Amino acid sequence: MFSYHLNKKAFWVATAATLLLIALVFAGSRKLQNFDAALIAYLFGTVFATFGIVYRYTVWLQRPPTWLYFKRTWQILFSGRFLPYAWLFVRKSVRNIGFQYFIRPRGGKRWWGHFLMATGCMLAFAVTIPLTLGWIHFTMNPATSIHPESTNLYEAHVFGFKLFEFRLGSLIAFLIFNVLSISSWLVIIGVGLFMYRRFTNGGLIATQSFGGDWLPLVLLAAISVTGLGLTYDYVFLKGITYEFMAVTHAVTVIIFLVWIPFGKFFHIIQRPAQIGVYLYQAEGRRKGMAKCLHTGKEYTPQQHVDDLKELTQELGIDFNIDGQRSHLDYSPEGKRSLIAQAHLKARQESGRYFG
Amino acid sequence: METANYFKSEMEFFIDMQRCIGCQACVVACAECETNGQESMIHVNYVDRAHTIQTTVQVCMHCEDPVCARVCPADAISKDEFGVVHTANTARCIGCSNCVMACPFGVPFKQEKYDLMMKCNLCYDRTSAGKKPMCATVCPSGALYYGTREEMRHMRPQSDPVNHFRFGHEMVNTKVNIMMPKGATVLNVHE
Repeated sequence: MFSYHLNKKAFWVATAATLLLIALVFAGSRKLQNFDAALIAYLFGTVFATFGIVYRYTVWLQRPPTWLYFKRTWQILFSGRFLPYAWLFVRKSVRNIGFQYFIRPRGGKRWWGHFLMATGCMLAFAVTIPLTLGWIHFTMNPATSIHPESTNLYEAHVFGFKLFEFRLGSLIAFLIFNVLSISSWLVIIGVGLFMYRRFTNGGLIATQSFGGDWLPLVLLAAISVTGLGLTYDYVFLKGITYEFMAVTHAVTVIIFLVWIPFGKFFHIIQRPAQIGVYLYQAEGRRKGMAKCLHTGKEYTPQQHVDDLKELTQELGIDFNIDGQRSHLDYSPEGKRSLIAQAHLKARQESGRYFG
Repeated sequence: METANYFKSEMEFFIDMQRCIGCQACVVACAECETNGQESMIHVNYVDRAHTIQTTVQVCMHCEDPVCARVCPADAISKDEFGVVHTANTARCIGCSNCVMACPFGVPFKQEKYDLMMKCNLCYDRTSAGKKPMCATVCPSGALYYGTREEMRHMRPQSDPVNHFRFGHEMVNTKVNIMMPKGATVLNVHE
């Protein structure tokens, strides 16, 4: 049976974030003066996605282990060692969020596929979200547009302020006008590589699901193909399929947006938590490592063991042995050895080692 | 539907670590499992090398209420309707090692090079198709066995399968069994 309990804290945080976004749409578009009405459906999708993402993120943060890392990350970053940790934060963010380099050792094709998809998506987000919210818009420079033989200049405005201008026909104009087509191609190639893996890798075939693994790829492909269709339709087909492309593109993008909080795409929002883990581990190693009570070897920072003791207590898991020791004071190898020793003892007491 | 039928069959996993001879055949076979990405997910280690050559073997016990999943900050570990606790979802795992350090059986691996937790998922590609896990097919001494309770009863009449474990004050129930002396119902790890 479906049952759902509204998380009030998450609801209010998400409502506040959504209202803030709407206020920023009004402010950024100068009271909707610069808002492109053709993008209204995308705006509603973005506003709904904002509510959903913030709601789910807040629910997620309320889980004790998640809150532990969230809290510790900011404590460590703003501790007395801000500069080295801020540097680590930036370095790891570029390497593992920007380039997703931690995927590289899992396979070259896998990394290329993910890198192309992620780069395509991030480029597209960087352009379409500010456009949809009315934060950026473009105008012709009137002074250079009157005479046909004069140099036509195009102006980019952010939040109503002119940011820069560029010449029509220049390389920068080509890149700006085609950035979404370029990102579509990146996504299509990435999706193709991932689909190939999912068709041929036995392990993936055994564990994959349609909703969790295939639908996100199909959706990204649909968004990219219909997005490219918008451009190529008027370039090559005189716009005869434009309406179809515009509607299907809007539908697929809006499905993507409203699905972010519920499905696989939420990992885009979760992934920065990995940077917090690097800070946590670096600070833990600096403070000192825990030694396994069985093997005598260092196995994880003492801070991690202490935090896990508190966390398991909070979750109602009691690994306390005798008030002095906890099962968590043993390394994974130590734990396995203890189980084997307990098993041996039980066998010895029964008088038979086997049977 | 076929998958569901196989998993609701009588097939179970039985471990008897006193039978482990440390041959590492299971370690090599485990790397053949495609769901692991050709990484071995089984542990064979000396129990107390200074005093004995005894080795022990450990696969994931697939707990009823998995501690690894409960301490995971990223919701990366899930248990399916067949009781199989799956390895970390690669899209979600943030490599924090909470599961590695909190698992009472010491099962999950932190793969530093991938920034990812990985663990045994009962050779899902094989067991979901009615085959035995790789480790259980190659174990020469019967330390790892995958079959029915009936078969086990015939082979080990003096033992009973146990799937209740006490770690300190915590009781953990599992899908995988350990073969204990006849009449035993629980393995107390710290007594």
